[in-house]
Amino acid sequence: MSSLSANDALIKRKSSYPWLFYLLPSIAIMLVFFIYPILLTFYYSFTNLALTGEAARELKFIGFENYARMFQDPTVRISIWNTLVFLIGSAVIGQQVLGFLIALLMKQRNRTFRRVIGTIVLAGWVTPEIVCALCLYSFFGDEGTLNAIIGFFGFSEVTWLFTVPMLTIILANIWHGTAFSMLVFQAALDDVPNEIEEAAVVDGASKWKIFTSIIIPYIKGTITTNMMLVTLQTLGVFGLIYAMTGGGPGNSTTTLPIFMYNQAFVNYQLGYGTAISLLLLLIGIVLSLLYIRSMKE
Amino acid sequence: MNAKQRKLVYRILPYAVLTGIGICFLLPLLWVLVASVDPNAMQSLKMPSRITGANYAEVITSSENQRAFLIGLIMSLGQAVLVVLLALLAAYPLSRYQMKYKKPFMLTILFMTSLPITAVMVPVYQLFLGLKLYDNIFGVILFYVASSMPYGIWMMKNFMDSVPNDLEEAAWVDGASVFTGIRKVVAPLMVPGICTVAIFTFSGSWGNFFVPYILLQSPEKFPASLKLYQFFGQYGMVEYGSLAAFSVLYAIPAIILYILSQQFMSKGFGLQGGTKG
Repeated sequence: MSSLSANDALIKRKSSYPWLFYLLPSIAIMLVFFIYPILLTFYYSFTNLALTGEAARELKFIGFENYARMFQDPTVRISIWNTLVFLIGSAVIGQQVLGFLIALLMKQRNRTFRRVIGTIVLAGWVTPEIVCALCLYSFFGDEGTLNAIIGFFGFSEVTWLFTVPMLTIILANIWHGTAFSMLVFQAALDDVPNEIEEAAVVDGASKWKIFTSIIIPYIKGTITTNMMLVTLQTLGVFGLIYAMTGGGPGNSTTTLPIFMYNQAFVNYQLGYGTAISLLLLLIGIVLSLLYIRSMKE
Repeated sequence: MNAKQRKLVYRILPYAVLTGIGICFLLPLLWVLVASVDPNAMQSLKMPSRITGANYAEVITSSENQRAFLIGLIMSLGQAVLVVLLALLAAYPLSRYQMKYKKPFMLTILFMTSLPITAVMVPVYQLFLGLKLYDNIFGVILFYVASSMPYGIWMMKNFMDSVPNDLEEAAWVDGASVFTGIRKVVAPLMVPGICTVAIFTFSGSWGNFFVPYILLQSPEKFPASLKLYQFFGQYGMVEYGSLAAFSVLYAIPAIILYILSQQFMSKGFGLQGGTKG
């Protein structure tokens, strides 16, 4: 009897409602508002699309003109360089290394202490980016907390946002994002079997040796995956930089998203802006593919 | 340094380093909290001469701010409901049926979860102009839904995989349709998963600044995130107290939801589940 009803159930699953019925709404909305814009990026980047002037009336195919312009534009080079510095400084070195260090130091510490530090770091992550921007803008401001502390110790104040703007936004993004890496590495470090470490201690291995030949190899996969994810998240950062420095002073903190925004919405050069979008998208696609590859391993 | 001293240093050093890091993370946050109750708040962190609720009262009583919070709520809530419904439907065949292209489909979804949304904002803006959805709150919701569909489907499918088939099949034997089976059997067993997806989606758009900044134009349609930015630009140099109060009020929902999500995410936080295709 029971095998018969299970059979009925199987028939039911196959016959009623085709799978398309369930998937269609989500696929449709993704196609229109997500995949189609990505394809549009490719097309528009070959046009003279603009919001004002003659090009606004007549959309023309201009071939590789936007790209030629991009290669000659010194601001593009600055933006790519800034994006790279921002990615390496705040994502790879900052969030990744600091997050790992916090997770490692927290291992086997007092529980209450762990919870207090963990909560403080997490608060920066949970806070919306515009609030983060405000908190750090005021922290690094000319009359902000950091200068007050420096002044208290008798050093002369620094105009952080003007003298070292890139460092400031890197630190801001580290403040905002480190918790993610911390959580990921805490979970990974908890998975390292204690027995292996204990066995190594019995064998007389030093702390450094245990770290380099047991812990690091064990969580290698997590390190790669986390690196890709954090880099991808950082690549898209706009609000934090835009609210803190607006890309300035000069172009010193203009990353690709900021430059893309300026070209498309300040100078109304949508076609050119889209070409920069495509550059950003391509970097994202490469990183995403690497990320999926690291997940599959 | 003898062995005993070295051991002591090894014990104390991690606490010292972590405390230092903790203080660095705490100071900017402490400022916003203290400034929000300080009648004479300044850019730097200081003890308030007295504590006041006036900054909060000023922010809360402004009808413009109320509207901004309401719009933010409508956007995030609308998006969360739509994403949960659509992702639940989409996850069903992906979790239950044998499908020929399931694996490439799931990989495409995973690929899409990691694309930076920032990179598509310029073409999305052009698309919205063409579709007459520009400066439309509902249009923003639609884009939010589309951009969070990939991870919604991905998470929902993984949650659904852990709901056993037997109960659902029993319902079918009792005469329930597949649809009723989802509604009455699968969905109730997935409440933690559904809540997690809803919370993730809600927080994502609640904290988002770039999307409404590009897709909206009229100040009366701005959600809380844009309102705060506007406020920041206009009065940033003077009104630190009310700016801080606004920030705290705006951050509270995100913080509460994060705490709630921890309750639902029984497995904690990790990258597990990612390899299941």
